[in-house]
Amino acid sequence: MTDLQFNIGLSLFLLLLGYFAGTYLERQHFISIRQREQDLLNVPAVNFRSVPPDWQVESSGLAAGSVVVSVDYFKRFLAGLRILIGGRVKTYETLLDRGRREALLRMKEQAIAGGYDAIINVRLETSRLANANGQGTAGVEILAYGTALKLANTATA
Amino acid sequence: MIVTNTETVPGKTIVEFYGLVSGSTVRAKHVGKDILASLKNLVGGELKSYTDLLKEARQEATQRMLQEAESVGANAVVNVRFSTSSVTQGAAELFAYGTAVRVE
Repeated sequence: MTDLQFNIGLSLFLLLLGYFAGTYLERQHFISIRQREQDLLNVPAVNFRSVPPDWQVESSGLAAGSVVVSVDYFKRFLAGLRILIGGRVKTYETLLDRGRREALLRMKEQAIAGGYDAIINVRLETSRLANANGQGTAGVEILAYGTALKLANTATA
Repeated sequence: MIVTNTETVPGKTIVEFYGLVSGSTVRAKHVGKDILASLKNLVGGELKSYTDLLKEARQEATQRMLQEAESVGANAVVNVRFSTSSVTQGAAELFAYGTAVRVE
């Protein structure tokens, strides 16, 4: 009986922890993402396969950014309930959204650090990481990569 | 060594093809990191140790691909692709491949 009470107590504690800490951290993350997206608007990242005709390319190289993100305990619980009735699993939608945006930002940051001005042929890849016992999600990895270009005349932005 | 994921190197022309080059590495996460990550899993967000692990592994795969390209006398690798597959529980293979070419 005490075991059962302990287990219920622990689950409740984890749900509350997941809800409050998880929501807070996610909000902070989105604030940071929006800020950095504004700052990096001057670096165009496109998924064209070739260079737009009016760009004068000086040099090129690969730029990549990746991130592993996971949902909190509370959201995982909600998603578990959602699976019973079907429909949009919003908690995972925001997870993938923040992961993709973060990966794209890191790719841009790497391009800037390498002295590049723009990125073409951007590709996004998602892979799911299993946890130690092979079940559930330890998280998803999102990789963004593309060909970074140094332009002769930076009249693109 | 120029690396791109487009079919050409922008601003240069390909003068010779050497064929496919690839590099791979299989990595497992260590238990300590796994325990920390499972704690982080409670509150969600970025699992930094996994991000770094996969990033390092991908860099190593890329490095091996570049070594192969160098050994055949190429000065660029074009159309590079990355792929990830989990071979067994707790381990993943990171694979990078592309076409080795000489550009001018």
